[in-house]
Amino acid sequence: MCGVLTMVEVFLRRVRFLLAWVLGLALSHPQAAFAVHDVTRAESAHAWWFWPIILFFFCFVLGVIAVLAGVGGGVLFVPLVSGFFPFHIDFVRGAGLMVALAGALAAGPGLLRRNLASLRLALPVSLVASACSIGGAMLGLYLSRLNPNLIQVCLGATIFGISLLLLFSKNTDKPVVNKQDAIGLALGISGVYRDQATKELVEWKTHRTLFGLILFIFIGVLAGMFGLGAGWANVPVLNLVMGVPLKISVATSKFLLSITDTSAAWIYVNNGCVIPLMAIPSIVGLMFGSLVGVRLLAVAKPKFIRYMVIGVLMFSGLKALDKGLGLRILG
Amino acid sequence: MTDKRLSEAARPMPEQITYANLLFLAVWVSILIMFITYFIYVTGIMEPHVPMEAVLQNWNLSVHDYLHNTDSPHGLGWLRLLNTGDYLNYVGLAILALITILCYLVLLPGYIRRKDRIYALICVLEVLVLSVAASGILGAGGH
Repeated sequence: MCGVLTMVEVFLRRVRFLLAWVLGLALSHPQAAFAVHDVTRAESAHAWWFWPIILFFFCFVLGVIAVLAGVGGGVLFVPLVSGFFPFHIDFVRGAGLMVALAGALAAGPGLLRRNLASLRLALPVSLVASACSIGGAMLGLYLSRLNPNLIQVCLGATIFGISLLLLFSKNTDKPVVNKQDAIGLALGISGVYRDQATKELVEWKTHRTLFGLILFIFIGVLAGMFGLGAGWANVPVLNLVMGVPLKISVATSKFLLSITDTSAAWIYVNNGCVIPLMAIPSIVGLMFGSLVGVRLLAVAKPKFIRYMVIGVLMFSGLKALDKGLGLRILG
Repeated sequence: MTDKRLSEAARPMPEQITYANLLFLAVWVSILIMFITYFIYVTGIMEPHVPMEAVLQNWNLSVHDYLHNTDSPHGLGWLRLLNTGDYLNYVGLAILALITILCYLVLLPGYIRRKDRIYALICVLEVLVLSVAASGILGAGGH
């Protein structure tokens, strides 16, 4: 029995090493993994099935990474696919939103059943964010029509900003909220959850609710404009600004995406920005990757992967800036 | 609050569980549909509206040019093309994008029964926002 366990452990270690190597290679320089860069200039040289297959495996890897790094799929999908694949950014954003939406919807049932996603918190916040994400989606499509480079530059700056946010933000496990503000009180945004680690029941309430809701206007606009999902922004605002415990913030944020991204996704779908040939393999690849990522979570080193993702985001942000400004320094 | 009341407060309301169950069912049904429709599309069982070669030649262009070059619809025009291999895939995508509206309609009676007027109103407003987005009224007329 002991021998079998050792063999399994060795096998898992090898798989982990191999995965880290492949992921590092694929994400730090997808051209090296897929030779995409050269092919973008001659995409017609490939049969139609080439890109969906590449996209499926690429998104599978992204799904694994996203779970291990604790970020949504959209925030990795949009900058990387727009930087290294031949698709126009309009279609990448459309697919990115569908990818983020599918991931959030798949996670929703578990979070709701365990009462980790708070409806009292999510409902008012999602109303603000989803209404604004419609505006963001329309603005994004308008700017893209005006000049696609404008969107690339804004996307690059946003992604670079997100990488800094991930690097420097220090979330608090259980923020201290001494007094609930009037809006939080009127909306009854409070709750109780059971901390599985300590088995204790934890009461929570919000403060600075109005400021938090105002910030969700910007989060909604950015989510719709770039098709990013917005978990990277939801969690710090819920946790650091509104004083919601980290576990509730993370779960509610994921659930929120299923609502925010729905409204923006419809704008992209109705504008013809979702091409099934590329969107379906992306969605399915990322969902399967997420399932594998959840299983690997127990044996992986999330800290290392998180830093790797921050590095990749920085690089892809700079790449988008480089592409948008027409500098072509990064190829 | 006493421990008993805290434990009760930590439990989700029944509508939340219905929301979760509905979501679970819809996600897996839509994934299954996506598999089937994508298979039908790529194997050519149903003729696509836009041939694969045309998709490949135009997906590096802006959506405006893509729609123009491939004679693709905007707004809810895809509904008329559900008999084609490519637009058939929109069925799974539409289920993913419609399920939240249905889930909110499940929540609404619970809030009305509890006389929680603010949250009932939020539910109604959210359904309106999502329905307007889905209707194709906004921003889908420019191509």
